[in-house]
Amino acid sequence: MQISFTLNGRPTTVDVEPATLVAELLREQLNLTGTHIGCDTSQCGACVVHLDGLPVKSCTLLAPALDGASLLTIEGLQGVPGSNRMHPMQEAFREHHGLQCGFCTPGMLMTAVALATEKPDLTEADVRHGLEGNICRCTGYQNIVVSVMAGAAAMNAKGE
Amino acid sequence: MGNVIGIGAAPKRKEDQRFLTGRGNYVSDIKRPGMTAGVFVRSPHGHAVLRGIDKSAALASPGVIAVLTGDDVADDGLGSLPCGWGITDAKGVPMKEPPFPMLAQDKVRFVGDMVAFVIAETPEQANAGAELLKIDYEVLSSVVGVLEAVRPDAPQLFDDVPNNICCDWELGDKAAVETAFKKAAHVAKLSLVNNRLIGNPMEPRAAIAEYEPGTDRFTLWTTSQFPHVVRFLMGALVLNIPQHKLRVVAPDVGGGFGVKQFHYGEEAVITWAAKRVMRPVKWVASRSEGYVSDRHGRDHVTEAELALDETGKFLAFRVNTLANMGGYLSTFGPNIPTNLYGPLLGGVYTTPAIYCNVKVVFTNTVPVDAYRGAGRPEATFVLERIVDVAASEMGIDRVELRRRNMIPKEAYPYQTPVLVQYDSGDPMGCLDGALVAADVKNFGVRKAASASKGKFRGLGYSTYVEACGLAPSRFAGRLGARGGLYESATVRVHPTGQVTVMIGTHNHGQGHETTFAQIVSDKLGVAFENVDIVFGDTDRVQFGMGTYGSRSLVVGGAALSKATDKVIVKGKKIAAHLLEASEADIQFEAGKFSVAGTDRIKTFEEIAGAAYVPHDYPLEVLEPGLEEQAYYDPVNFTYPGGCHIAEVEVDPETGTVTLVNYTAVDDVGTVINPMIVEGQLHGGIVQGVGQALFENAVYDEGSGQLLSGSLMDYCMPRADHLPMMKVATHSTLCTHTPMGVKGCGEVGTIGSPAAVINAVVDALSHLGVTHVDMPATPNRIWRLLQNASLPVAAE
Repeated sequence: MQISFTLNGRPTTVDVEPATLVAELLREQLNLTGTHIGCDTSQCGACVVHLDGLPVKSCTLLAPALDGASLLTIEGLQGVPGSNRMHPMQEAFREHHGLQCGFCTPGMLMTAVALATEKPDLTEADVRHGLEGNICRCTGYQNIVVSVMAGAAAMNAKGE
Repeated sequence: MGNVIGIGAAPKRKEDQRFLTGRGNYVSDIKRPGMTAGVFVRSPHGHAVLRGIDKSAALASPGVIAVLTGDDVADDGLGSLPCGWGITDAKGVPMKEPPFPMLAQDKVRFVGDMVAFVIAETPEQANAGAELLKIDYEVLSSVVGVLEAVRPDAPQLFDDVPNNICCDWELGDKAAVETAFKKAAHVAKLSLVNNRLIGNPMEPRAAIAEYEPGTDRFTLWTTSQFPHVVRFLMGALVLNIPQHKLRVVAPDVGGGFGVKQFHYGEEAVITWAAKRVMRPVKWVASRSEGYVSDRHGRDHVTEAELALDETGKFLAFRVNTLANMGGYLSTFGPNIPTNLYGPLLGGVYTTPAIYCNVKVVFTNTVPVDAYRGAGRPEATFVLERIVDVAASEMGIDRVELRRRNMIPKEAYPYQTPVLVQYDSGDPMGCLDGALVAADVKNFGVRKAASASKGKFRGLGYSTYVEACGLAPSRFAGRLGARGGLYESATVRVHPTGQVTVMIGTHNHGQGHETTFAQIVSDKLGVAFENVDIVFGDTDRVQFGMGTYGSRSLVVGGAALSKATDKVIVKGKKIAAHLLEASEADIQFEAGKFSVAGTDRIKTFEEIAGAAYVPHDYPLEVLEPGLEEQAYYDPVNFTYPGGCHIAEVEVDPETGTVTLVNYTAVDDVGTVINPMIVEGQLHGGIVQGVGQALFENAVYDEGSGQLLSGSLMDYCMPRADHLPMMKVATHSTLCTHTPMGVKGCGEVGTIGSPAAVINAVVDALSHLGVTHVDMPATPNRIWRLLQNASLPVAAE
């Protein structure tokens, strides 16, 4: 079937098998491999994207659900494709060493941006609770929590 | 021009740009023209005779290209998966080493054992084809626990391995230990289980293989921590592919923790299959598949006894362990519970006599091998637990008992009775630092505050040492390593002065692209941004043993340091010629070659240019070019260590243990990048906390089914399980590595389980609890409190 949606700000039309998961569509058909698949039980959160501004695990969403919607992936987070300018949350993760192997990072960032958008004055407890659906095996979460709080503050300062 | 960023600075990581923007290059991201999809068919039984496989329906299924089984492996005369270590028993008899076929032949020995490989046009078609395979199993009884496996009536995995014992290994002076126990004023005893763990790097394993008939070359992309070792073992010992016809690439790898440091059968099957079907073949494991095929870790059952004199001095330590090997010997399998365990039983103490017996046992479970820490967390756990038991029984303060037995700083180098000689350390300094950082003096106030809320608060210590920087090759060879374990680095200076380093270690989260660039920037005076680190490709990197055992900086960094020294030596020769001075008069400092006592200078860039495009060059004595290679073999292990202090709160109503404070003061030697070291400590500690409080791989005795086979059943630490940790370093310098480094990748995981469990036991000690097995889940604690038949409400 044919579906049309906005992908990282651009109108997109694709033919998909109805049983295709959004994570597969992105990775296999659209070559957007920044969205990662770390599990098969919707536990790890490496595949989080924004659907109409809300964070969703793209491994649990079927592609037809995208029709008419707006999808933001890690590749679109910077805003300006191809530039080295980064989103304040990405900058915060770099500044505070909020990543090691990088595999959970796209999902962490997408979740973090959604958390900061939803509640501008995030507490540490908010961040830890909000990251419950994202597993990181490398960092022990400490620098991720620090990064998210710093990133949220930077987003507020820039009005993003 | 960028800046020199040297040793001790904390630049932001070079690798982050691509990871933050979704532009990493992991194996599962790679696509090749004409690529097919492969699916492994795995045994659903823990133990069964494989009577036959009917491929016909699967082969007729739409899109299926081929179905490969153990018979095809045998027909092609391929080898067994090799074990890299051969240990022996006390009499020198080699371990039992049954073959480990890449696809099962005759029998399956664990749930997840590979039976067939189905290749199709798409993953969906491969899965559909796999469903149609008719596999005739004669199901046998499984044995999964080590205590059960060594019983005379236990199911036998192999006809020629009596009682399922691979090796009955020992270390230490048994007679001296027995004598010391006779003189003891007190003997502390402890039985414990070191729980089985599953490493769970966030990136599942994956591989793609391709065969080019035009050049007769194979390429394997694999999620590996050591691509050269995969090329060597797989090419030379399994598939009979000459090394120059086999390229192994491990690009960005999403975490390893040991899980990706073995040569897996999947790699061999896929590489072999790519030539059979003459098309690229790709396989990506699901998380569930990883649970039953990634090598597991730990899984010990141990009896320990510590003999003390009346003042609390340790006289002797005796440890008997049954270690689970799983169904086959994995790459490092038998080395982990023996050589990486027994030699660490001295800990930071002056115990004069130690004896350790380890029975290495086969069971119907996933093969067990190295997982972050590997052997050393198990040793630390036994020792640090029994010290607490002894302190409690003798009525001596836990910290005081540790102090009375600690190796003083001035006693280093210190020869232990279990092979290893610690070159340097200051355990007392780490302990003192941690006591302050953890605010131990006000613990009583916090405990009272918890009690007022009906909670039990406990404090736990772990003062520990580990051995890393694998490995001094001669020493390792005597212990049974079938190959040396040195490391190599090539420093290629380009004609314009930028530098590319080719190094045999592998970066999968540790920040090598940054740390190693700092070393080069520091030593050569080249801008940090002008140094790139290349790893993970056997066509680009000369050779290397990869990354495990906290060896990358210790062994690889040392090779890199040596190679940069060689660049300076050659640069001085070129400078001497250009400056018409004697080589002995050339100085190199801050990126400039100068003639001593003059203002005659050549910059590093000028020397680089002169090396490649010379008009005027001493060709008769010196070759052009500025590229140097060095290999480094350490003379000893390095011995990082430290003191960890955990503080927990137990809710007696639910049995929930909450980690409320965590403090670590570690001696990791010279710190190249403190930001990265801190991150390694955080991550390591939380993996150890995971072992202590959450994680447990559980098998069903009899059926051999893995009951904790998904992220829903196997509890991983999450952000809201944890407090903000305090980590710091208290470094003494390693005396034998070029930069004084000791390694920091595993310390967190080694030190933390004992600290956490000691804190849990401390919280419950007023109820008569003397030991808690890991993981200290709410269920386990709640049952313990009920069975204690004691008042459980806080005062």
